[in-house]
Amino acid sequence: MENKQLAGLATQARLLALDAVHTANSGHLGGSFSIVDALTVLYFNTLRVDPANSKDPDRDRFVLSKGHCSPALYAVLALRGYFPQEDMKKFRSIHHHMSGHVEMNHVNGVDMSAGSLGQGLSAAVGMALAGKLDGKDYRVYAAMGDGEIAEGQIWEAAMAAAHYKLDNLCGMVDVNGLQIDGPTDKVLSSAPLADKFRAFGWHVIDVDGHDFGAMAAAFDEAKTVQGKPTMVLLHTVKGKGVSFMENQVGWHGKAPSDEEYQQARTELLARLEA
Amino acid sequence: MGEKIATRAAYGDSLKKYGKENPRVIVLDADLSGATYSNRFAQEVPERFLNCGIAESNMVGIAAGLATTGKIPFLHSFAMFAAGRVYDQVRNSVAYPRLNVKIVGTHAGLSVGEDGATHQCIEDIALMRVIPGMTVVNPCDAFEADAAVKAVMDYEGPCYLRIGRNPVEVVMDQIPGYHFELGKGILLREGSDVAILATGIMVQESLKATEALAAEGINARVINIHTIKPIDREIIEKAARECGAIVTSEEHNVLAGFGSAVAEVVSETCPVPVVRHGVNDVFGRSGAAQQVLDAYGVNAAGIVEAVRKALAMKK
Repeated sequence: MENKQLAGLATQARLLALDAVHTANSGHLGGSFSIVDALTVLYFNTLRVDPANSKDPDRDRFVLSKGHCSPALYAVLALRGYFPQEDMKKFRSIHHHMSGHVEMNHVNGVDMSAGSLGQGLSAAVGMALAGKLDGKDYRVYAAMGDGEIAEGQIWEAAMAAAHYKLDNLCGMVDVNGLQIDGPTDKVLSSAPLADKFRAFGWHVIDVDGHDFGAMAAAFDEAKTVQGKPTMVLLHTVKGKGVSFMENQVGWHGKAPSDEEYQQARTELLARLEA
Repeated sequence: MGEKIATRAAYGDSLKKYGKENPRVIVLDADLSGATYSNRFAQEVPERFLNCGIAESNMVGIAAGLATTGKIPFLHSFAMFAAGRVYDQVRNSVAYPRLNVKIVGTHAGLSVGEDGATHQCIEDIALMRVIPGMTVVNPCDAFEADAAVKAVMDYEGPCYLRIGRNPVEVVMDQIPGYHFELGKGILLREGSDVAILATGIMVQESLKATEALAAEGINARVINIHTIKPIDREIIEKAARECGAIVTSEEHNVLAGFGSAVAEVVSETCPVPVVRHGVNDVFGRSGAAQQVLDAYGVNAAGIVEAVRKALAMKK
């Protein structure tokens, strides 16, 4: 798919996510807007999936370990045809099934429930191991936050993935540099991130997490790596796409007011028309 | 007297026996396979064994990921780590998505012995039973452990299986018509003065206690509750109604565990005195297994004492 088309879809996804969080009056837009471009590339370019056969045992899998960024994943899944876009209005509602953190049993297309940080990469390792055991050629993808990787379990999973030579596994870290309490390098520094994953036995690719072509190329490069897993470090802007949310730590988990919603919507619609 | 076999030893053999035949079964351990006896499966079916190293959290997550593809993962560690260390992972990566993962906690309770309090998990039943949708099974001997392995393997859904380190007398093979069914208690001895409901290795101690009680003219009913969740409400209510006093016995903290589960049912169906026998909310300590159990009164003598308390309250 053309980069321009992907960019348009990503903007549509941001609009859906914005609507969902505004309607629910709760949810996480900052991290959703930093990861949503990567999710768009995955679901519209990279993943071998079929929304009409969402439980296909041979499909590629994706685990959103930073499960609070459900607005981004749900929006991309809706655009990809896993469920009606109207379902985004049901986000976080007591009357419906669209859970606040990604949930696999009620939201079609979600491959793993997540939300308690640090756990998704392990599940992805399990899926990748199952693929190897069964001689299947599906690939497994997992996205983490750069604050999330302070969780020790991520590094347990990183060791295991290298130990089991899981070249069918591609992780990614949404390096937006911010977490709830402030800049990641102030809360708990993870630098040098690429060196850490290399030392753990991973092939590492640094990429602009808002450059659709570069991300598609990175995921393609990962497919060619033999005998080790790949970690794509997505260098991103938290809140990307809405001027007053970009790089603002306060927009981690806050719902926009009606005025903020209108302004954000106007900005995104302008991007869509550009 | 039956032969003495540790439930972990029987467990290891049964896992090998049934797991070998079921290609969906994947066995995981965290560097304790020689102690949990998951190595018996590993030696027989190496291609379906994963050693995850000393990284229990990751092991739970891997098991969850495997289960999403239709595998039946059996993961192993000491109860302290399989239920305690990874509580969040079990709750959120396994139970909440209702994944078909079997969590096997060996070396449960005080009978770990010499390793002391850090390894004597007396909270695992409580931790696991309060997770929605979790099945909790605690076999009392080698014979029952074999049946339990088969049952949890055939059951679709998350299970916690509690297994012991120390050799204990095999008694269930002597029970006429013994049949293991998840969620069904087993009546071992008729009696109407008091009902002793026991789980795990306290079943044998309860049977011993009935001899001392009989000498005092007390006719105690004994029921083996191998499945703590879902618990057999029917057999508990019947015992409460017919005996009028209940004693529960477990190798576990008396708080929030098996005794509490029974008390919940009794209070809601047929309120009668319930005395919970077990570890009285204190940590264990080092010593030979039997010495530790005796030091904390987690034995037949402790059950006899609990029965006297229950009878004193019985109207």
